[in-house]
Amino acid sequence: MKVAELISIVNGKLLSNGASELDREIKGAFCADLMSDVLASIQPEAVLLTGLCNPQVIRTAQVADVAAVVLVRGKLPPSDTITLANQEKIPLISSPFGMYELSGRLFVASLPSLEGRIIDGQCEC
Amino acid sequence: MDQNGVPSKKKVNKKSVLIDDRVAEEITRVEELSYEIKIGEVTTHNLISVSPHETMIQVVELFRHKRISGAPVIDDDHLVGIISMEDLIRCLLKSDTNSEVKKYMTSPPTVVKASDPVVEALKVFVNTHFGRLPVLDDEGNLYGILTKGDITMGLLRALQRDYQIEELRRYRASHLFEDIESDRSSLILRYQIKPHDFTNGGAASSNIKRALIRLGAAPMIARRVGIAVYEAEMNLIIHTTNGGVIRVEIEPHRISIDATDDGPGIEDVQQAMKPGYSTATEEIRELGFGAGMGLVNISRCVDNMILESTPGKGSRMRMKIYLNEDSVGEASQSK
Repeated sequence: MKVAELISIVNGKLLSNGASELDREIKGAFCADLMSDVLASIQPEAVLLTGLCNPQVIRTAQVADVAAVVLVRGKLPPSDTITLANQEKIPLISSPFGMYELSGRLFVASLPSLEGRIIDGQCEC
Repeated sequence: MDQNGVPSKKKVNKKSVLIDDRVAEEITRVEELSYEIKIGEVTTHNLISVSPHETMIQVVELFRHKRISGAPVIDDDHLVGIISMEDLIRCLLKSDTNSEVKKYMTSPPTVVKASDPVVEALKVFVNTHFGRLPVLDDEGNLYGILTKGDITMGLLRALQRDYQIEELRRYRASHLFEDIESDRSSLILRYQIKPHDFTNGGAASSNIKRALIRLGAAPMIARRVGIAVYEAEMNLIIHTTNGGVIRVEIEPHRISIDATDDGPGIEDVQQAMKPGYSTATEEIRELGFGAGMGLVNISRCVDNMILESTPGKGSRMRMKIYLNEDSVGEASQSK
């Protein structure tokens, strides 16, 4: 699924200015509000659905090779977050839906889960 | 595009390949460049000019022959006007092609200075209908003719230079270890982490990850290092009294990361290593941290991790990632 397609499915609004990233391919999705959970199990090239709006979301996304970030429940992040998203070229999208509805919509649109299984002592990252 | 010179078709096609998405992607860089680059740098020099006493039919021939759509009008080495396709059309409509150029030229012409930044010329183009502008040097002599196409080409050349510089950086960095001969070479990066500096939290790990990619590390290795350093960095920001230092040593066969601080130290290291154990405050949890997974995440991303801590004195965490298969034995041995 492309970022542009994702935006239309989630009724999203693109907050970053990455028009050239709209063609980027998203391989699956992942939801979390704790950044360590993201780092622990997200696979590369996923879209991250989260309720957190601070700049660390983008830092985490950059470190974990996240393809795009969707903020749930119409949240609008501080400008620092948007600036960083522009700098790191990570599309930052705000969607009016809650986490559950968002996940459902993307699941129905055949976007798989990109949450890696955590097996103790085995690094999947 | 308004083409003043006569570049061959092949050349134009080659450049248009470069235009594509890069322009869109680099809008802000283009804006920056329009302030950095001087008009003189993008102006066409090999001037084709006409005299005010030539006839309009001669101008038609000249434009057709040279495939241009405008030219400066020069009288006694002085710029007196500019004649364009539009003027020609006016003249043709009146069937007045035997008249002299000075009857139809735009005079005095709007000019720009070679030493001004490109953005000044852009302003003139935006505010007028002119397709070309005569460029004057500091002495007021005609330096050349500038079209919008010249600006586009000039900016693209500059962008291409930018890309070549980044490629060169990558090339240089990725050959760093091959080019320098020693018994053992390593590159050390140090980052000072301030306590409670959530604004810059993660900046060091971003920079380290980028450096590794430039050095030619595999994306998965860069990702593992990035995640481990990110967690270590956030730990220093969340828990330490005076912050700490992250030191990354890159060698051809392994990456060693040290995170050190001078307090407060960890009471029970064994317990701190347990998944879910956290001493973070509610405030920090609201920021999305303090899940008690940091150390667990680190140990999953590195091949070897040693955490030592003395309450009241500080902590030191040493992490290692091995880069080739020969070193794996060493890794599992210490694990």
